[in-house]
Formats: sequence, C-alpha cells, structure tokens
Amino acid sequence: MFKATVLIKRRPSILDPQGVAVEKGAKHLGISNIKSTRIGKLIEFDVDVKDRTAAEKEVNEYCSKLLSNPIMEDFEFNLEEVK
Amino acid sequence: MSLKFGVVVFPGSNCDHDAYYSLRKVLDYDVEFLWHKETDLKQSRVILLPGGFSYGDYLRTGSIARFSPIMDSVISFANKGGIVIGICNGFQILLEASLLPGVMIRNNSLKFACKDVYLSVENRETIFSSEISSDKKVLKIPIAHGEGNYFADVDLLNELETNKQIVFRYADADGNVNDDSNPNGSQMNIAGIVNKKGNVFGMMPHPERACDPTLGRTDGQQIFKSIANYILN
Repeated sequence: MFKATVLIKRRPSILDPQGVAVEKGAKHLGISNIKSTRIGKLIEFDVDVKDRTAAEKEVNEYCSKLLSNPIMEDFEFNLEEVK
Repeated sequence: MSLKFGVVVFPGSNCDHDAYYSLRKVLDYDVEFLWHKETDLKQSRVILLPGGFSYGDYLRTGSIARFSPIMDSVISFANKGGIVIGICNGFQILLEASLLPGVMIRNNSLKFACKDVYLSVENRETIFSSEISSDKKVLKIPIAHGEGNYFADVDLLNELETNKQIVFRYADADGNVNDDSNPNGSQMNIAGIVNKKGNVFGMMPHPERACDPTLGRTDGQQIFKSIANYILN
C-alpha cells in the first residue's frame, strides 16, 4: 500500500483572491515582508496496490480527472510505501 | 413540438423547486425533476441545471456533480444539439463538464454576494435571449453566490467576444458596464455565456427567482420565454 500526498496549486496566471486577502491579514498583523501568497490544497489518501507504477497511474488519473481542474490548477504528488 | 423542461436534482441543489415553480406555476410549461442517479432525461426538450451547493461545493464548485450518472446523458444530449441551461451552481457544473469554457473562482470580495443586479444584454440573437425586447436596456435579476468570478485567459476572452458568446454582463441600472457594477470580479463583467454552437448556456444570476410578479420582479421570465419560443416556433 502507498500513502499519497497530493499538492494542488493554482496556475500562476490565475488570480487568487483568497491569497490576496490572507496577505492583507499579514499586513494587519505587522508581518510586513510577505509577498505573493497563493493558496492551494493538500490532499492525502491511501492507494491499496502493491506496485508503485500502478499506484502512480491511479493517482495520476484521480488528480487529473477529479482532484484538480486542468484549466486552472497544476498538481504534484508523492507516494510513500506503507508496510 | 412539445415543450418540456427537465430540472436535474443533485444532492445539495436548492433552487430546483424555485425553477420548477416558476416554469410550471408561473409560466405554465411542462416540467419534471430528474434525479442525478438516473440516466433517463424523460423526453425533456430542455435540461436545466439548477442553483445550489451540489455535493457541498466540496473540492471545487460543481466538480463532483459533473460525474453524476445523469451528467453523461446531459453531455451527450448537449453534444447532439440539445438545449441546456445552467444557473449559478448549474453554470459551475457546465464549466467543470467542459460544456462551457472557462472557470469560476472565488468572488474578489471573498464575500457571498446576495442581491439584485442589472444585466446588460449583449446578444439578443441566442436561443436564451431572443425574446428580450429591444427597448429593455437591462434585466434586473438577483445573484446569490460566493464563487461567481468568471476567469478565462485573454485568448478565450477574445474568442468569446468575437463569437458573440457573451450574452449578459453585469451593469448598472442604466446599462453601463464598469468596475462599480461588477459584483464579483468577473472578467469583462461576464454574467452569462453560451457555447459556440449556441445550445448550452450558463448564467450566475437566478432568472427563476425573478419570474413571479408577486415577488416584485419578472425579468427572468424573458429568458425562459426565449427558450419556449425557440422550441415552439
């Protein structure tokens, strides 16, 4: 079995109103050197197969068909084998 | 030719009954609910994807509803030229299903926007806008959404404009389209678009909430009357 950690990031060309608003919060707190805050998603799940290639294939499909929207997001993932 | 609307019900849809009420009780059209787990469109001539929070808006708005069994039927219906209208969450589902181009992101205010807005009619030669009288500069229709900020790259925006796919833009009461009249940050104040073929339409404002005269606004009727006129004539 593999433990998958997926990171989904909004494409640099797509506005991130949440990131902008959160960064304003930083300014209010007096944290003044923060720039270009972008908010993404981190998704964890298990993949119940023995073979890494098969796990990668399945995670790729899950990410590209459902977890991310290819028009506005990019994804990357990490697979850690769980014994 | 018979006119029948099929209103799809997803878990979390909450404007399905408003749509049903306006179509049946106010406009006297034939209408039937279509449960998301079904695949039969029951001879509907028009499919309406209603507003709401399908699947709790989890992951991205519309992203899970897009894979409901009924959506396979809706997609093939649309690809064969069938008429589909998506309102609010329904519009978001059409974007996720790639039946319409672009994406929706969070309102630039980060606030849920719930108020009447004015829509400038940019194209009256669509199935969805042909009955809007030419002396009517704007339609007054309410919005209620947190993610209605339409985003597309420059090429797509140019394409939408060139092909006259932009049907409605957010405007002020006099029809001026500007930043002050933009409630959510949508690019080019886009409030409603059609696909290239002209048979699939999505809009963020809620025409079904602007049909019953008792509620003080009726401009939404013109959108449904346009569809009816197209089918019946």
